[in-house]
Amino acid sequence: MTVTDDRPAAEIGRDRRRKEDRRLITGSSRYTDNIVLPGMLHLGMVRSPFAHAKITSIDTSEAKAATNVVAVYTAADLDESAGVLINAWPITPDQKTPVHAVLPVDRVTFAGEIVAVVVARSAAAARDAVELVDVDYEELPAAIDLREAAQDKVLAHPDLGTNKSALWVFDSAEAGTGGNVEDAIAQARTDGVLIEREFRENRLIPAFMEPRSVVVDPTGEQLTMWSATQVPHIVRFALAATTGVPENKIRVVAPDVGGGFGGKLQVTPEEWLAWWIARQLHKPVKYTETRSESMMAGHHGRDQWQKLTLAATKEGKVTGLKVELTADLGSYVAIVGGGIPVLGAFMYNAIYKIPAYHFACQTVLTNKTWTDAYRGAGRPEATFAIERLMSELANELGMDPLELREKNWITHEEFPFTTVAGLEYDSGNYEAATAAAKEFFGYDELRAEQARRRESGDPVQLGIGVSTFTEMCGLAPSRVLGSLDYGAGGWEHASVRMLATGKVEVATGTSAHGQGHETAFSQIVADRLGVPFDDVEILHGDTQVSVKGLDTYGSRSLVVGGEAIVKAADKVIEKAKPVAAHLLEASVDDIEFAAGRFSVRGTDAGLSIQEVAGAVFTAHNLPDGMEPSIDAEATFDPVNFNYPHGTHLCAVEVDTETGQVTLRKYTCVDDVGNIVNPLIVEGQVHGGLAQGIAQALYEDAVFDEAGTLVSGSFVDYLVPSAADLISFDAHHASTPATTNTLGTKGVGEAGTIASTPAVVNAVLDAVRQFGVQDVVMPCSPARVYAAIAAARAGDTGSATEGAVR
Amino acid sequence: MTKIELTVDGGKVSEDVEPRMLLVQFLREKLGKTGTLVGCDTSNCGACTVHLNGHAVKSCNMLAVQADGAEVTTIEGLAATYDGGELHPMQEAFHECHALQCGYCTPGMIMRSVDLLNENPDPTEEEIREGLEGNLCRCTGYHNIVRAVQTAAAAGKGAQQ
Repeated sequence: MTVTDDRPAAEIGRDRRRKEDRRLITGSSRYTDNIVLPGMLHLGMVRSPFAHAKITSIDTSEAKAATNVVAVYTAADLDESAGVLINAWPITPDQKTPVHAVLPVDRVTFAGEIVAVVVARSAAAARDAVELVDVDYEELPAAIDLREAAQDKVLAHPDLGTNKSALWVFDSAEAGTGGNVEDAIAQARTDGVLIEREFRENRLIPAFMEPRSVVVDPTGEQLTMWSATQVPHIVRFALAATTGVPENKIRVVAPDVGGGFGGKLQVTPEEWLAWWIARQLHKPVKYTETRSESMMAGHHGRDQWQKLTLAATKEGKVTGLKVELTADLGSYVAIVGGGIPVLGAFMYNAIYKIPAYHFACQTVLTNKTWTDAYRGAGRPEATFAIERLMSELANELGMDPLELREKNWITHEEFPFTTVAGLEYDSGNYEAATAAAKEFFGYDELRAEQARRRESGDPVQLGIGVSTFTEMCGLAPSRVLGSLDYGAGGWEHASVRMLATGKVEVATGTSAHGQGHETAFSQIVADRLGVPFDDVEILHGDTQVSVKGLDTYGSRSLVVGGEAIVKAADKVIEKAKPVAAHLLEASVDDIEFAAGRFSVRGTDAGLSIQEVAGAVFTAHNLPDGMEPSIDAEATFDPVNFNYPHGTHLCAVEVDTETGQVTLRKYTCVDDVGNIVNPLIVEGQVHGGLAQGIAQALYEDAVFDEAGTLVSGSFVDYLVPSAADLISFDAHHASTPATTNTLGTKGVGEAGTIASTPAVVNAVLDAVRQFGVQDVVMPCSPARVYAAIAAARAGDTGSATEGAVR
Repeated sequence: MTKIELTVDGGKVSEDVEPRMLLVQFLREKLGKTGTLVGCDTSNCGACTVHLNGHAVKSCNMLAVQADGAEVTTIEGLAATYDGGELHPMQEAFHECHALQCGYCTPGMIMRSVDLLNENPDPTEEEIREGLEGNLCRCTGYHNIVRAVQTAAAAGKGAQQ
């Protein structure tokens, strides 16, 4: 093979600075709220202050009469063309799914639910007129506490007769993937060790920085919706499926989107109302939520109780794991709401060889904000549970938590490994990641310092927490989704167009909102086609441009969407070969392609891919009968998930006199397979860590007894600031995935999934000496202090939330 | 309505505004300065940070009428970046250090960071973290934002020598 001098250096693996940055750092961004159209009207939402109430009357007359108000709508005005909000993943055939109307007819089911919409000529006028809508409510008893709701004491939807939505069960003995967990538990009870715990997964708010916003333009032949969404293709499908507008008349655009973290993969009442009202009034409309509205009405994440039983031998070999979950759906089953805890079902066994496993999840309706995906979606909960349990077991046996893990994990020689949950892990090296992490962290030195501080009775104690996580990502093999009754596939689509000028235009069905696809995907295409990085343009987030796709979530964009791009690019090369052969007067069999050049084997003759593209554009001299195009598209359906993993080590200092937890050091070694852009990977890990740490220490969506969200603004909901966090010591190892040609694994959710248990394990490691057995998240100073005080007073402290925050 | 006159990104502007109009609404809605963003309604997030007479302010936290006669600089006026012009050193540092992902907090974060270095050209990491406490970012975990401010500070020192 001839290597020419002008061959570009390999792009994959380079820490390319991002193409996205320039517009974002100069204020040339195009977020949805920046869009202004002629005659555009603005929506204001009248929201329920009650968690559960009958709507006895709505008087809109005063609002309608206000200056610059165009219309006011209530449920009585809506017709079928307003559509309905769908649940796309009924996890059992008999799941109880309350109808989620765009506006509720006679009953509100959570505080913040929209009961009427004002349309006005300015956003300020709309907001003013919202105050003029007079709604009478008759308050109903509300189902607020998750565990009480699970007992049907008060019904969130009285017409359903129960709050229990669905019970989803996996049992390894029944599935034939492992033994019977009850046998393992009985055995451990007689001559082994049983760890029985109940953990609380605090409710979190995604808190993307850009509030959700939607603009609908009903003029022209295709109706256009711009939305701050992660899922333009799914929104388009759901609009078509529920509002009667044909799919091919709908264009959905996700322009620049300011973060999502799962919080923007929803189909929302706000979008559906804007869609319907724009069509009613034949005018463009805009709605941009306030932060308070975002926190109240945008979906939340987590919110589970986990009842866990881990069985082991006295030597520390795990023999069984039983997981019983109660998961809060809020008052409606969101688009994949019920499925989120099920995504975790396959991950509780984590990196360990656990012979028997039972998982059961009861989803429960309450009169609170709906829940759905938030970064990690089911897998952080699973990882928290197993990593907390493994540290508890180590403590029980007096073993080092890493040694205990090593005793149970899958060794690198054992891949591919079929787990007790039925997944086949393709690759990994837990030993290598752990050894590296210990070294970077200074594990032994910190343990020695911890011992010194304990001995001296230092009021500030050191705790060291461990988390050796894995996750399944790259959603998802369509067949697996089908077997789980999910309403769509998991493939991804791409097209590659060679333009006449030699530039390359790539459309991806993934929809970035901060991930850096434009940069990373350009690197992949530059290598594959041998074209300059700067000549590749990545288009996304517009259903008229990226015509087919399933969008961005579940750490899927690179491993599924990137692979679709690879396959489309390879088709371009194959289509170009006969053209090159024809122009070079050679046999196709003698054409080789390398570094952007088609050459005739054994000669100096050759043509660049740009020259071939130019020849195809003019089409003056193509092989007989050949279609004048070398553009190509590909749809990739993964055969398996992929399984990034890593070892996370956290050191915290706990002030035993105040309960204050301070991060001292955070080291992680993540194995995400081959890396396209190390800078972007690091950024994903850093941001993920911040969110996982925040669950452990800061964030909590708290409702009062009446069902009002009391942490409904950034004053009360503690998104960490720069001053709350430290610089992270993040590294990576690379065991290539075997299930995609790039050898990549997902990274978007890794940091969040891994870090929460590492932090809580560290907090407990610092205070366990006083008799503390658990601190409920977030481990606020008040809670840590109370746990220490209670333990010292002889109360062992249990997993109750209490009023202490 | 109240008539105000001020200088925004080097240009003199005059408008009649409602007394209740926030400075950020004035910038976005009246002047089309959509580079300045709104992230919250409690002045916690700092996405709307601009410079008022050379100092960082949260433009959601003051009225447009209060800016009468003032000189306002937004992210769009920080450097003459249109048509590929050179970035401000802080913008360059954010790009170089991968200090942004979704970009929504970025204009405010950059404006605050510029002011931070004006106040303290050689801050420690702790001083940077404390100095950015009023600006929230959900994507980066702040790690690379801190690096960017350190990088810009080092570049500034280099430029003075």
